[in-house]
Amino acid sequence: MKEFKVTPIRNGTVIDHINVGMALKVLKIVGVKEDVSSTVSVLIHVPSKKAGWKDIVKIEDRELDPKELDKIALISPNATINIIRDYNVAEKFVVEVPNVIKGIMKCSNPGCITNKDEPVEPEFVVESKKPITLRCVYCDRITTDVAENVQ
Amino acid sequence: MSAAFRGMDVVSIRDFSREQVEHVLKLAEKMVPIAKGEERSVLLEGHVLGSLFYEPSTRTRLSFDAAMTRLGGRVLGFDQPAGASVAKGETLADTIRMVDAYSDVIVLRHPQEGAARLAAHFANRPIINAGDGAGQHPTQTMLDLFTIRKEKKKIEGNNVVIVGDLKYGRTVHSLSEALAMFGANLTFVAPPSLQIPKEHLKQIESMGHKPKMATTLAEVVKDADVLYVTRIQKERFPDPAEYQKVAGTYRIDLGLLKDVKKDLIIMHPLPRVGEIASEVDSTPHAKYFEQAFNGVPVRMAILGLVLGGLK
Repeated sequence: MKEFKVTPIRNGTVIDHINVGMALKVLKIVGVKEDVSSTVSVLIHVPSKKAGWKDIVKIEDRELDPKELDKIALISPNATINIIRDYNVAEKFVVEVPNVIKGIMKCSNPGCITNKDEPVEPEFVVESKKPITLRCVYCDRITTDVAENVQ
Repeated sequence: MSAAFRGMDVVSIRDFSREQVEHVLKLAEKMVPIAKGEERSVLLEGHVLGSLFYEPSTRTRLSFDAAMTRLGGRVLGFDQPAGASVAKGETLADTIRMVDAYSDVIVLRHPQEGAARLAAHFANRPIINAGDGAGQHPTQTMLDLFTIRKEKKKIEGNNVVIVGDLKYGRTVHSLSEALAMFGANLTFVAPPSLQIPKEHLKQIESMGHKPKMATTLAEVVKDADVLYVTRIQKERFPDPAEYQKVAGTYRIDLGLLKDVKKDLIIMHPLPRVGEIASEVDSTPHAKYFEQAFNGVPVRMAILGLVLGGLK
């Protein structure tokens, strides 16, 4: 029998095939914070057949909105989402880079107005999905390193 | 065309098609006698321009003031944030919402990149970007294009050599993209540390142009139709000696102009700090003061269009 370091969850969301080292940033992106009411398991550096190593996040009793989850693609383009109901995978899908990114990362340009105390959310247009290239809607600065700028 | 312009924000030159820029230049031509004070106009009578300059500016601010006043409109605003509510910590968003209620069009110069786009987000009135940090300065680009077209009859096919701080120079990025859009042949002359950023080069190349790159002026100036000079800022150099060396290399004087084309024109967004020797001013090549004047008719055309007074 296969040995699990973390047991399967009954209901909730499993985010699998996260790029190794990105699990905590994924939690940030999907808005899971310390005020969460259920158990969240974070597995960092797990052997993976496909990629060598990966991270996994399991959020119990919560089905995350697939639209929100697409943002994960910015830092883990190969991540898969499994919605678990009664120990079974009820839905499974691959994340896809959205066309517009709003609110999850800051602009890499320190001189950008969105990095000042103004009442706006940073917003980016996705210029290219592979490799990921984002353009700030405000200052036009091109960013390729998303993980570095996730807030 | 007028429907497309009325109420439009002028934030980046990229927001304009070639046809739209040509339309602005054509109207600006008609504005020249009014800009010179030879003809009177009440085109924008009763309209108010909110002029917000968070950074010092001479030419841009005064030429917007002149443009609005010559068309019969009025100007309110500030030319330094000290003393204004800004100094008390008000956000740009709040200042803009207030001025939006007091005026019909807002001209904004701000040290932060993206400030004009942010202002456009909060204002109902048209926002005209008068420079946002190292970002865009679209009306400068239009007056540069206007100057080249006026002096050379057309922009297409001219060899335009742009020299100076091409990395940080605000005017250079939007101008070079616009020149590529109009089919000019571009040459960038700068020390390697101040050459044009890759993303701009890529943008220009995506329009089907392959700009030339050079490190010295002497090798390219002979074929130039337009020599566009920008200031190399001292603060970009950690070592003052290095600055002196670089600045000296790109100085335009009569010696450099010995073998240039007869009808070469020299432009500079001004202020200049020694990049062009004053002995050049009296040559027929010098067009930088005309260029500064051209800001008035071009800004008149833009104000007239976004306020609906011009079609």
